[in-house]
Amino acid sequence: MELLSEWQSNLALLALSPPGWGGNLLRGLLHSLEIALGGYSLGLIIGIAGACGKLYGGPITRDLLATYTTCVRAIPELVLILLLYYAGTDAVNQLLTWMGRPTIDISGLAAGIFVIAAVQGAYATEVIRGAIKSVPVGQLEAARAYGMSGFQCLRRVTLPAMLPFAIPGLANLWLIATKDTALLAVVGFSELTLETRQAAGSTKHYLLFYCAAGVLYLLVTLVSQVLIRFIEKHARRGLPQQG
Amino acid sequence: MSHSTAKPWLATHRIVMIVIAIALVAYVTLNMRWEWLPRYTDLIAQGLWRTLWLLALSVFFGFLLAVPIGLVQVTGPRPLSALALGFCTVIRGTPLLLQLWLLYYGLGSIFPSIPEIRDSFLWPYLRQAWPYALLTLTLSFAAYEGEIMRGAFSGVPKGELEAARAYGMSPWQVLRRVWLPRAFHRALPTLGGEVVLQLKATPLVATITVIDIYGVFSRVRQDTFLTYEPLLLLALIYLILAGLLTLVFRHLENRLPVR
Repeated sequence: MELLSEWQSNLALLALSPPGWGGNLLRGLLHSLEIALGGYSLGLIIGIAGACGKLYGGPITRDLLATYTTCVRAIPELVLILLLYYAGTDAVNQLLTWMGRPTIDISGLAAGIFVIAAVQGAYATEVIRGAIKSVPVGQLEAARAYGMSGFQCLRRVTLPAMLPFAIPGLANLWLIATKDTALLAVVGFSELTLETRQAAGSTKHYLLFYCAAGVLYLLVTLVSQVLIRFIEKHARRGLPQQG
Repeated sequence: MSHSTAKPWLATHRIVMIVIAIALVAYVTLNMRWEWLPRYTDLIAQGLWRTLWLLALSVFFGFLLAVPIGLVQVTGPRPLSALALGFCTVIRGTPLLLQLWLLYYGLGSIFPSIPEIRDSFLWPYLRQAWPYALLTLTLSFAAYEGEIMRGAFSGVPKGELEAARAYGMSPWQVLRRVWLPRAFHRALPTLGGEVVLQLKATPLVATITVIDIYGVFSRVRQDTFLTYEPLLLLALIYLILAGLLTLVFRHLENRLPVR
């Protein structure tokens, strides 16, 4: 009987409207997903540009990109987040002062997306570079023989053809992106992990709230995996089945 | 690609870039404020030591755990393999920071209310933060490496195992003499990358008051009100550590014979 009433009071703590903290957790989850989605999309763009630069760029572009990917893959995300968070906002404000405009406060959301994108971009560069290299050369030569320009060739042939090779790596990167958003809690952005910490701290029900947040993260991962399977099936259509 | 490999590594543009990089480093050392550095060298050395042993112990214990986790998923009885799969999914599906806070704040808030634990010899350790940090890092490494070991175990050719059995080896002998060494051999190329990833995960322990190298530099930032100098030096230290780890694992990999 005592156990039952304790269970009920725990559930009340997770209620969606105050005094329950469920609403806060869900709002945090929404922020996490926003950052993950924004950072991932921007990271994909950086990755495509970086892969093209590494494959087709001149020697200087290639070396600069190699420095970028090496640094990001060797320095902990937490340090990068702090560096980019402060350096990024500083740089924008100095640019604004230089242009004679008043300085602005950069929102945590924008800074978070920028930071996640910079990290994701480095990994995406490597994934996409590998995928482009595994597209049969004959297909690209055929596209060029049709008189397509470099950009047309990229849009019509290279990118769609490399997709099946890139999807496992890119899917992994998406899962990493959703988990990396938790690191923004350290710079004080109120995403799911920080909201959880606040809820746990003010109610002293640490286990309950951390487990609840864990379940939310796990749900994101599991739902993503189902979606990824569909996308992969779609991207691999027309290709021989893998044994 | 062939024309680029034919070029010497030290091409003209590289020399120019290296000169620019040296000029940048010189600018940073001369024009930024580094006078705090001598006061903190002892602390930095301590932090570095703490980071390194957290890394070494979590990789060692994590790998020991990863072997049964991988093996059970390949041959084990169903309940055990389901358990291992669930463990891997949960650990790999949630952020490490959350796991760390769950163990430290969650378990840390429950333990004091259990008299048996407070009276046990473990209590002096359980009151500190580092056991929780080591436990979380170990479990995380075990889950990621367990997934790799699963692939490595199932990738060992069946014929080799059948040959071992045909020699009359017991299942345990097959595992010890053939299956495990061959699986380890297959997993080694990814192990270096995994250890670098683990190194990149260690600074999270600073959020539960374990003063590793990242924690030391956070303190420097608070004490001196400097932002960039400590962070840049910290980034450089991690770059060097990751580079050294990569070199060590490349050396290990080269020592193993490849057919």
